[in-house]
Amino acid sequence: MFPILSTITFIPLVGVLAILMVNGKKEGLIRMITLATGVVDFIVSIGVYTGFDPASHQMQFVERVPWIPSFGAEYYLGVDGISLFMVLLTTFTCVLCYLSTWTAVEKNVKEFNIAMLVLQTAMIGVFCALDFVLFYVFWEMMLIPMYLLIGVWGGKRRIYATVKFFVYTMAGSVLMLFAILALYYEYHAATGVYTFDILKYYSLGMNKTLQLWLFLCFFVAFAIKVPVWPFHTWLPDAHVEAPTAGSVILAGILLKMGTYGFLRFSLPIFPDASISAAWWISGIAIIGIIYGALVAMAQEDVKKLVAYSSVSHLGFVVLGTFAFNLRGIEGGILQMINHGISTGALFLAVGILYERRHTRDISEYGGITKVMPKFAVVFMIVTLSSIGLPLTNGFIGEFLILLGVFESNVTYAVLASTGVILGAVYMLWMFQRVMFGEVTNEKNKNLPDLNKRELAYMLPLVALVFILGVYPNPVIKRLEPSVKNLVAIVNKAKNGTAVVGESVLRPTADSGARSGEVVALSVGNQTVNSGKRD
Amino acid sequence: MPIVTPFIDLTAVAPEIVLSVFACLLLFASVCMKNHGAAANTWLAITGVIVAGWYAFCPVTAHSAFTGMYEADKFAQIFKIIILLGTGLTILISSKYSEDEKINHGEYYALLLFATVGMLLMVASSDMITLFLGLELLSICLYVLAGYTRTRAESNEAALKYFLLGGFAAGFLLYGMAMIYGSTGHTDLAGIGKAVSHGAFNKMYLTVGAIMLLVGLGFKLAAVPFHQWTPDVYQGSPIPITAFMSAGPKAAVLAALIRVYEGSVSYMHVDWLAWLGVLAVMTMTVGNVAALVQNDVKRMLAFSSISHAGYAMVGLAAANKQGIASVIIYMLVYTLMNIAAFGVLALVARKNEQRTKMQDFAGFAYSNPFLAIAMTILAFSLAGIPPMAGFMAKFYVFMSAMQAGLYWLVVAAVINSAIGIYYYLRFTVSMYMREPEEKLPPVTASPALLIAIVVSLIGVLVIGVVPADYLDMAGRAILSF
Repeated sequence: MFPILSTITFIPLVGVLAILMVNGKKEGLIRMITLATGVVDFIVSIGVYTGFDPASHQMQFVERVPWIPSFGAEYYLGVDGISLFMVLLTTFTCVLCYLSTWTAVEKNVKEFNIAMLVLQTAMIGVFCALDFVLFYVFWEMMLIPMYLLIGVWGGKRRIYATVKFFVYTMAGSVLMLFAILALYYEYHAATGVYTFDILKYYSLGMNKTLQLWLFLCFFVAFAIKVPVWPFHTWLPDAHVEAPTAGSVILAGILLKMGTYGFLRFSLPIFPDASISAAWWISGIAIIGIIYGALVAMAQEDVKKLVAYSSVSHLGFVVLGTFAFNLRGIEGGILQMINHGISTGALFLAVGILYERRHTRDISEYGGITKVMPKFAVVFMIVTLSSIGLPLTNGFIGEFLILLGVFESNVTYAVLASTGVILGAVYMLWMFQRVMFGEVTNEKNKNLPDLNKRELAYMLPLVALVFILGVYPNPVIKRLEPSVKNLVAIVNKAKNGTAVVGESVLRPTADSGARSGEVVALSVGNQTVNSGKRD
Repeated sequence: MPIVTPFIDLTAVAPEIVLSVFACLLLFASVCMKNHGAAANTWLAITGVIVAGWYAFCPVTAHSAFTGMYEADKFAQIFKIIILLGTGLTILISSKYSEDEKINHGEYYALLLFATVGMLLMVASSDMITLFLGLELLSICLYVLAGYTRTRAESNEAALKYFLLGGFAAGFLLYGMAMIYGSTGHTDLAGIGKAVSHGAFNKMYLTVGAIMLLVGLGFKLAAVPFHQWTPDVYQGSPIPITAFMSAGPKAAVLAALIRVYEGSVSYMHVDWLAWLGVLAVMTMTVGNVAALVQNDVKRMLAFSSISHAGYAMVGLAAANKQGIASVIIYMLVYTLMNIAAFGVLALVARKNEQRTKMQDFAGFAYSNPFLAIAMTILAFSLAGIPPMAGFMAKFYVFMSAMQAGLYWLVVAAVINSAIGIYYYLRFTVSMYMREPEEKLPPVTASPALLIAIVVSLIGVLVIGVVPADYLDMAGRAILSF
C-alpha cells in the first residue's frame, strides 16, 4: 500500500531540502518552492479524504514499522474521523499561509520558509501519530519552529512572547511525558506487554486514583495548548507578537492540538477520571467562554481581540467535549475546524490591514468599507462566521455543542449561550469601528483594495465558510463512527461502575438527582441518535 | 616462597598502551619540531586517539587481566569508546584555540592523552587500587591543563583551586578505600562483594568507607553538594579543557560508581541507591537553578554540566539494567553535544576568551549561519527536545527510573528539564533575535572544528531519530552485570 500519511507528513521536509540548496537571495524562487510544496501536500492529502471509508471508526491508512524495538515504540501512523479533518485543515491552512507571507515577510525569507515547512511536518505528524513516543516527538518538535517564527519575525515584544510560549508549553509537556511513562509501566503491569501503541491503552482499566493523577498530567499539557482559562495568558502575547502566518497557524492548528489531545487521549484512556473531572472542567470552560469574550470586548488592538475570541471559542470546544455525548463532541470537532477557518481568516484579514497601515489599533481605522469594498465583503463574511450566524460554518459547531451540553446540563448550556451573544457584541462592535462610518484618518484614504493574491487565499476560506455552513454532512458523516466509538468507550466506564451516582459530576446537594438524570439522558440519546442518523 | 610472575595480557590494555606511546611521541615531536609543528601536533594526537579507538572497538570476550585488577568487558569497552570520542572531539576543537592562544605545544596534547589513559583505566578497573591509579593520573593531568593558559589569571586560579580541593577529595577517596579494605580485607571489587554478601565485614567501617568513597567520586563528578569547585574551575580553564572536563571524566566516574555501588557494596543492607537518588535531585536542581541566572556562557555551561551529571545519576539510582544502559547512552549523547557546544563557544569567545557573555552571541546567526544552526541544534539537544538525541537520552533515563518505581525522582527530573529549557533558549534568542552591540569581523572556523561539529551534529540527529541500534549496543554492554 502506498504510504500516503508518511508522504503527507514528510513532503514539507523535501521542500526544506530543496530550499536549502537555493541561494538565500533568490527570495521569489524560495517562496515558489514553499508554495509548491504546500500545494502538492494539500493535493496528496485530498487523497486521504477521498480514500477514507466513512463507515468505519477504525484507524485507516495505517503504517506500522518497528522504530525502537527495545521499548516497543513504533513508527505508527493512521487517521480516523477525528484526525482526518485536522490533517486536512493543516495542509489547507498551510497553503494559504504560504500565499499570505509573500510580501509580509521580507527579512530572512529562506529561514522563514524553512521554519514554516518544518512546522507543517510536525503538525501533520502530531495528528497522524498513534504511538506515544512518536506523538511526543512531533508534539515537541513543533515548538522549535514556532518559537523561532515568533521570536525572529515577530513584533516588538517578541522575545518575551516567544520565551513565554515555549516555557509554558514545555512545562505542560514534561508532565505529559511523565504520565506517558507511568502509563507504559502500568500497561506492562496489567498485560505483560511493553507498548506505546495509543489505541491499546483505550482498553486499559486503571484504578480511579491513578487515572485521576495521570489524567491531570495530560490535562495540564493540553489545557495549556488549547488554552483553557486560566492557562491562557501566553496566548494573547504570542498572537500579538507573531507574524500573520504564525498567528494563523497558531490559532488555526496549534490550539486544536490541545482539544485533539482531549479526544485522543484524555477521554478514551481515562474515562472515569474524565467523568469525575467533567464538572470543574466544564466550569473553567464556561469561565473561559465568558471571560474571553469580555476581555475581547475591551481590546484596542484588533489582533488581541481575535486572540481573546479564540479563548472564548475554544472554551466551547472543551465544554462540548466534556459533555460526553455524540452531539457535544461532534460539535466540538466541527467547532475546531470552523475556528481554524474563521479565526485563521480573521488573522489573515487583520494581516492584510496591518500590511497596509502597520498598525492594529482599532482607533486608527474607520470607514474602511469605502476604500476597500472587496475586503469589506470578505471581512464581513468572516466576522459573521466567527459569530456563528446561521448559514455560516460557525453556527453548526456552536449549535451542536450547545445542544449536546443542553442534554447533559441545562445550566451549563444557558451560561455558555451568553458567550454566543457576547461574541456577537465584540465582533460586530469591532467591525463597526474599523469598517463603517466616515474615513476619519487621512492615511486610510488611499488604501489599495485586495489584490489577486490576497483574494486567492481569502476566497477559499469564504467558500468553506458557506460550504460547511450549509452542507456539513460530508464532515459529520466521516466523524460520526469515530465519535460514536469514543462516546461508547466513555459510556462504558460511566455505566460499568456501580458508583456512578456518586462519582459523576459535582458533589453538591442536588447532584445525586441531577447526575442520575444525566446518565439516563445520555444513554437515551445514544439510542435516539443512532436511530435518527442511520 | 617462589615468586610467580602473573600472566600479563597486554591486548586488554592495547588502547592505553597506544595512547601512552602517542603521548610520548608528542612530547618528542614538540621538542624536535619547535614551532613548525603546530598543526602536526593536532593530527598526531588525533591519529593516536583513532588508533586507540580502533583497538577499543575490536570485539572483546569479557575477561579479567592483571590478576583480576583489570576487567576487559563490554561495559568497559563502551565507556572507552565514549571517552575516546570525547578526547577526539576535544583535540579537534583545541586546534584553532591553541593556535590563537599560543599554547599549541606537544605537552598540551600529551597531557590530554595521559588524562585519557587515566580514564580508560578507571572504567576498566575491577580493583580499588587500579581505580585510584586511573583517577590520579586523570586528576594530575587535569590540574596542569586547567592552568595551561598561564598568562590568564583566571586560569591560574582555576588550576590552584582544582588542585587544592581535588587533593582533599583524593584524600577522602583513599581513606574510604582504606576503610573498605579494613572492613572486608579485600581491595578487589569482586572480593569485597563476596565478603559483603557473606556477612564477613565490619559494618561501621564499611559504611563510613563507602560514604567517603562516594564523596571522593562525587567530587570528580561534580555532584551537589561536592560541586563547589566546578563553576570557578570550569570558567577559568581554557575552553577546550572545560569541554574535556565536563564530559569524559564524568563518564569515567559514573562507570566507577556503577562498578562499586551496583556491584560490590550493593549487597550491604544500606539503600545506597536512594541516597544516589537524593544526590541526583540535588545535583539537577542546583545546576539548573544556578544556570538560570548566569550571564557568562562558560559559567552557564558549567552549571548545566552539573545538572546533566544529575540526570545521569537518575539512571544510576534506578539501579536496574535499563538504568545502567541509560547512563551509557546519556554519557554518549552528552559527550557529543556538550563538547561541540563548547567548540562553538571557543570560536565566539575569540582571543583571550574575552567574549564569553550571552550578548556576545548576538547576531551570530547572520555572521555565521551554519554554526548558528549547529549551536541551535546542540542547545535544543542539551535542553532535551526531540527529535534531538538529548531527548532520547533523557527519555531513556526517565524510563529506567520509572521502571524502578522511583516516581518522585522522575517528577523532579522532568520539572528540572523544563527549567533547563529556559537558559538553553537564551542561545537562540541571542543568536537570532538580538542585534550585536558592536560590529566585529566574522569569525572563521577551522576545518578541525568543523569536523568536530559535523560529527556531533550527525551523532545528535541520528541517535535522536533512530536510536534503536545505540540502545541495543548499550543493552549488550551491560550483559556482564
